[in-house]
Amino acid sequence: MEFSEHIKTANVDDVVLKLPLRPALKGTLCVTAHHLVFSERKEEAGTCLRNLCKDLRILQFDIPGMEECLNVASSIEALSSLESVTELYPFFHRPRELSLSEPWGLSSPQQQYAQTERLWDRWRLSKVNRNFSVCMSYPRTVIVPCAIDDITLAKAASFRQGGRFPVLCYYHRSNGMVIMRSSQPMTGANRKRCREDELLLQAAIDESEMGYIIDTRSAQQAQQARMAGGGFESKAFYHHWRRLHRHLERGKVLQESLIKLVEACGDPSQNMDRWLSKLENSKWLSHVHSALSTAGLVAECVERDGHSVLVHGFEGTDTTLLVTSLAQLILDPASRTFRGFLQLLEREWVQAGHPFRQRCAHSAHSHARLRQECPAFLLLLDATWQLGRQFPLALEFSEVLLLRLAQDAYASDYGTFLCSSEQERCALQVKENTHCLFQFLLRREEREKYVNPLYEATDLAIWPSVHPQSLQLWTGLFLRWTEYAQTMDEAREEIWTIVKERKETDRPKGCAHTTLSRHDSFTNVENLMDELTVL
Amino acid sequence: MEHIRLPKVERVQLADRSSSRRAQVGTLYLTAFHTIFVDNEVHNELWVLHSLVCNVEKLSITSCGYPLLIRCKNFQVIQLLIPKENDCNDVFVSLLRLSRTERYEELYCFSFMPNVDKAARGQAWDFLNLKAEYNRMGVSNKLWHTTSVNREYRVCDTYPADLYVPKSASLPVIVGSSRFRSKGRFPTLSYYYRETQAVICRSSQPLSGFSARCLEDEQMLEAIMKSNPGSRFMYVVDTRPKLNAMANRATGKGYENEDNYTNIKFQFIGIENIHVMRNSQQKLIEVSDLPSPSMGEFLLGLETSDWLKHIKSILAAGTFIAKAVAEEGVSVLVHCSDGWDRTTQVCSLASVLLDPFYRTLKGLMVLIEKDWVSFGHKFSHRYGHVVEEPKEASPVIDQFLECVWQLMEQFPCAFEYNERFLISIYNHVHSCHYGNFICNSEKERKDLGIREKTHSLWPHLWKNKVDFVNPLFRADHSQTKGVLQPLTTPYCFKFWRGLYNHFDRGLHPRQSVLDSLMAIKEETQQLEEVLTIYQQKLAGVGREQANDLFVKKHGMKNSQGLWAEPTHIRLANSPQDYNGGNLVSGPKDFLFGDTSESSDPDNSDQESEGADFSCHSCSGGASPPSEDSVKDPDSDDPAFNNA
Repeated sequence: MEFSEHIKTANVDDVVLKLPLRPALKGTLCVTAHHLVFSERKEEAGTCLRNLCKDLRILQFDIPGMEECLNVASSIEALSSLESVTELYPFFHRPRELSLSEPWGLSSPQQQYAQTERLWDRWRLSKVNRNFSVCMSYPRTVIVPCAIDDITLAKAASFRQGGRFPVLCYYHRSNGMVIMRSSQPMTGANRKRCREDELLLQAAIDESEMGYIIDTRSAQQAQQARMAGGGFESKAFYHHWRRLHRHLERGKVLQESLIKLVEACGDPSQNMDRWLSKLENSKWLSHVHSALSTAGLVAECVERDGHSVLVHGFEGTDTTLLVTSLAQLILDPASRTFRGFLQLLEREWVQAGHPFRQRCAHSAHSHARLRQECPAFLLLLDATWQLGRQFPLALEFSEVLLLRLAQDAYASDYGTFLCSSEQERCALQVKENTHCLFQFLLRREEREKYVNPLYEATDLAIWPSVHPQSLQLWTGLFLRWTEYAQTMDEAREEIWTIVKERKETDRPKGCAHTTLSRHDSFTNVENLMDELTVL
Repeated sequence: MEHIRLPKVERVQLADRSSSRRAQVGTLYLTAFHTIFVDNEVHNELWVLHSLVCNVEKLSITSCGYPLLIRCKNFQVIQLLIPKENDCNDVFVSLLRLSRTERYEELYCFSFMPNVDKAARGQAWDFLNLKAEYNRMGVSNKLWHTTSVNREYRVCDTYPADLYVPKSASLPVIVGSSRFRSKGRFPTLSYYYRETQAVICRSSQPLSGFSARCLEDEQMLEAIMKSNPGSRFMYVVDTRPKLNAMANRATGKGYENEDNYTNIKFQFIGIENIHVMRNSQQKLIEVSDLPSPSMGEFLLGLETSDWLKHIKSILAAGTFIAKAVAEEGVSVLVHCSDGWDRTTQVCSLASVLLDPFYRTLKGLMVLIEKDWVSFGHKFSHRYGHVVEEPKEASPVIDQFLECVWQLMEQFPCAFEYNERFLISIYNHVHSCHYGNFICNSEKERKDLGIREKTHSLWPHLWKNKVDFVNPLFRADHSQTKGVLQPLTTPYCFKFWRGLYNHFDRGLHPRQSVLDSLMAIKEETQQLEEVLTIYQQKLAGVGREQANDLFVKKHGMKNSQGLWAEPTHIRLANSPQDYNGGNLVSGPKDFLFGDTSESSDPDNSDQESEGADFSCHSCSGGASPPSEDSVKDPDSDDPAFNNA
């Protein structure tokens, strides 16, 4: 391994570590291939090194000696941006309690298909992408209309950017409507058309039905995309589909928004105007707003008006996934459970080919201008948090899980968020050589840390309010390393205490349950009891 | 009453401002104290006290009738549509007159006669005892005592009869000092901090002008400083911006000159005056009232209103004083101009930070009774109870309550009361339903016979305390104990949706953590009680059987779960209008205003009665997504091709 090349100074003594909210610590700093190890020692300081972490925390080391400091800095720089995926920590993380032979992942399109019986007469599993030749970023199997054969699919795929032809992602049990997703059609400036693509979309709905295409770009952007070979579904060729444009920002704009917000949250200024204008200027909450309202629109089409929906933007790997997964959270009670939510993330983000590797490489503090970096996944977590705020009983998982995912998407011990597509994961044998985060989180002792104590399942759709007064800054994430978050943690603990107290008083009931079945004299006692109560 | 031109109007429409739900049709009644709207179909009733009406506006005629817009002091907005012009005009004129009370005796509290006998009424007024409160603080008898100097309100007619002063301050010193202070409001004890023996004192500004001085006043301050044996100096905090204080010198008022007083440290804190605050809140209300603002518009509006900036400055002042008293052990004298607005806010806020008692239900009541009511905060002027100079009105107590709310957000486990309690107090300050907040001073209340002729709010709130309890509060929690040290970084301050958009149901969380925790707690308690009772009764029958029975009897109830709870927890099954950007709120229910025997406006039961779950179906006709609002790129095609 060439890790040692990056490590010029492995050990530095007498380093002072400054963490948010804690007194400064003094000790020895060790640089290893994947970690910074700091051990405390009782005992002053020279050059200072600030580590800006991906989880938005800031660590400050005071290191005696300029040379050592520079060495450590360059090591950290190099080791925190390793090029090769297989050099990353998940490939080395081998906790004793986990074995590599355990199952990797929670669900697959096959399982999804098998579980939804009502899908069977109109939808089928297709293995057209079995060797990733049709679409690089799709999984091997996808769910498509029965009426469309694999050859047609392959042709339709060639008409869509990156081969991302329309596939099913959600089936609404109550009325049989579906949500599909794809990338933009490559109509180009000459208004090309593709019969196979038209057939595919037509086969998704009945003759008499009307479908909606929610385009996550503005009408103007969609127009302009044609110059670059992209485009949109023209009304003339897709008779039964109506197109709506809802502009969602993506890519660089989102990344800059995040950077501005994080910067605003770290601003030590006491000036209220400055804070509010920075918060406004970051536009982050506006992005949360548009994500939720677009998802609300999709859900409304499906549930209220009974139409199937196709969602796409440009590549169909970012805002598209944001909208489809939020819409499912609004509509589908199953996706609001602990397991269901992780499955949703796996289906809609990991397997659907959200390029985690490019999008979640450096988070908000990075100086490097990374053109591919984009916090779309963070935006999803934020919007999910907003849902949880508005419906505090409806989600089985708590804010703590969202925080954990926000951290692991950027840097993890597990392989789940490595790579950008299933294909890449197969090539690098991620599943064979790393552990699965989702499986790990579902272990009983882990799960308990992340569940919502107040959870009460509901079958209803949860319609979020998108009024500015109803959307709030996610303090748990953005102010995570301030005192402000501490009292919130305490409040969370208090909720747990209250809930646990009830469980304890409930316990006699639980015990009695087992004896209940074998007790024959029950009725007699009950009669006796009634009399006693009267007395 | 002679002011009611038209007691009843039929076929009036009540529009739901924030949703596309169709308007309710019903009958409008005007009574001496309420406007009542009764829905024809579901017989929902909407009661609005005239004293809560802020203004009435006639809007331009629509095809269906003559609209009337009623804005209330509690931020409720009601839009009525009256079929006939004459009727509309009559209602308008009547309401205009009814909502503008000219004499105190016309206020609702003088006519509000619950079924309570005289003795009970008197007892209710004695529910809070300020003397006992000073004893609770542990005011040292050696250093402080009550003075009878103001018994007949002769020295200061806006102060209470009983006042605490340093024992070392003689009568001539007190009288002399009061002559040197605006409105005679000499320095007197507000809060005694037992642990350090440091105190918070309050007064009005000195009449120092450019150079005047007063020996007695200087002696008075020295006496206060010396009553704290542990410290060698004291702070004098002027809560005004320095510029304002300096301007006051031109009119013979001003601030203390550090050179004339021994061992004082003088400090300006810079809270703006009532006029600035009034305008700021007005802007904030406009922001909260925007029909469908974008995120940017909302945040920008919030910023330009400056409201949170003012809240922050008040909280910062409170924090400064609490720190001085608790950490430095230094006494503080607080004043502004007259010492009844900013001084009151800051003293009471510092007390909340210092003393966990003020973070309990009873404690907050006592605090408001002491610092606000007894010390002559001009409630009737500030909240426009009777027709007065509009320039006197200002959201002073609003800001105090909001500061407490901001603290509650920062320390979720430290307060025994919840947001509803604050909002309830807010409503009662404006509603004139009880006598507590009528008039501008203790003397005025005595002269008017408030105690004999009206009822006290506090026992009423106490009776309904179940609604006001914060389930996360635990007396032994680390947050609860000791002095609160709030952060005052700007991101800790939030817009108070619960107050300013109280009636816009669609904006609030559809499920309440508070209520579900209360339900869980109650259930735990019931289970425990039932368990002990049954175990006792069945001691002879055998434990196992008792458990069985217990299951049978109560298992069912538990399994219902919280979704069945009607209180507050409702899942508005109506989507917003994600399409046009117009806000569609969930159920918007009104029942505000107290009927004679029923409880508080914030009583959740009442609200949920009024809430109609049927609205789910009503809003079913929410507009389908349309392409209208979006320019269809298709239509531009030819032009684009040409280009």
